[in-house]
Amino acid sequence: MKPAPFEYVAPATLDDAVGALAGEGGDAKVLAGGQSLIPMLALRLARPTLLVDINRIAGLDGIRESPDTLEIGALVRQRDLERWAASRSALFALVLRHVAHPPIRNRGTVVGNVVHADPASELPALLLALDGAVIARGPGGERTVAADQLYRAPLTTSLAADEVATAVRFALPPAGAGWGFAEISRRHGDFALVGAVAVLARAAGGPVTRARLAFFGAGGTPTRGAAAERILEGHDPTPARLAQAARAAADALAPDDDIHATAAYRRRVAATLAERTLAAALARCGSAA
Amino acid sequence: MTRTIRLTVNGQEHERAVEPRSTLADFLREDLELTGTHVGCEHGVCGACTVLLEGEPVRACLMLAVQADSRRITTVEGLAPAEGLHPIQEAFWARHGLQCGYCTPGILMSVSAFLRERPDPSHEEIREMLAGHLCRCTGYHFIVEAIEAAARALRSSASDRG
Repeated sequence: MKPAPFEYVAPATLDDAVGALAGEGGDAKVLAGGQSLIPMLALRLARPTLLVDINRIAGLDGIRESPDTLEIGALVRQRDLERWAASRSALFALVLRHVAHPPIRNRGTVVGNVVHADPASELPALLLALDGAVIARGPGGERTVAADQLYRAPLTTSLAADEVATAVRFALPPAGAGWGFAEISRRHGDFALVGAVAVLARAAGGPVTRARLAFFGAGGTPTRGAAAERILEGHDPTPARLAQAARAAADALAPDDDIHATAAYRRRVAATLAERTLAAALARCGSAA
Repeated sequence: MTRTIRLTVNGQEHERAVEPRSTLADFLREDLELTGTHVGCEHGVCGACTVLLEGEPVRACLMLAVQADSRRITTVEGLAPAEGLHPIQEAFWARHGLQCGYCTPGILMSVSAFLRERPDPSHEEIREMLAGHLCRCTGYHFIVEAIEAAARALRSSASDRG
């Protein structure tokens, strides 16, 4: 299908973009990479009256790295981050390779993917696992929304219709922390049926000091495996404890039945992937991320 | 309400008035009559409409024509030299890398960028790249072989040039 008619503006400043969004009373959408929005328009799942194209706004295309955070501007394409990650972060490199296909990643932005809030998408779960946040600019100024406060429902975040997400910030795993990532999909690049990402840090040979687990494709939003985190933190990461944590996290999920998989199947796969990613994270503890 | 855009397609400049909702794929096919770019699913899944934007493959159905203002686009019509076929097209022809041919233009464009970045790809890398292109004739084995043959041909012509 073809998109329904809309007006289009391509402002040169962030203030003008916010003004254009605010002036449309909730019927405007931000256009950055367009790889999620344009399908929604073509299928007429979304019918905005105005698109505010932010691609001509300067200063939104930076990848800023500090010792403990990675901040990514709203116009950084997934492919840009993938290229950056090739020599810098095996975790980001692996996750990005699973986001759709190269022609999509050439246009799709990291920020757009995070705030599109598809529950089966990889980067929102990574944002949760890395204690990330979204920085948004609205008529009232700038605010930071923690990943835990961001996801409300499928394709729905706590950002307002007149706010522009200008960047995402990931807290990088502490030195010596390990990570794991796995997903099950029918074909490479498809949305995952279920996926998980885990980060573990431990005292040398001792108990877990920090555990993060997040699932995607396992409910209406990306979901933290909080039960697993509680079971692991402060305890020795024995194989039995990892398995117990993985099961507890999967039991707490509320996945959906759909044409691709049943809820019971998803919960079972989630438990397996949780255990695998936690084990992978543990195996990487102490080595360079 | 239309907007006027100016862009370069296959080395040629064009200026046209377009509706904001017109996708780049429809613009190429209907306004410029470059019908080599095929339109399959119209929502980014099938890969048939893949073209190069500043040399990088993108889905022409997932980009608005207005967003291509002042940009450089290459379609399958711009792949071959004035005479004959591009080495990738040669390889697809010689290895039966197409049946109905509907998915082929998109695959050719993706492959041209892919082989520039990975001149000697593994089987696995080729399959991963091809996952973004649906072939309903399901002739994937021959497509993989064609890409391997194209990679060899491009590598040997590069070494001939020294």
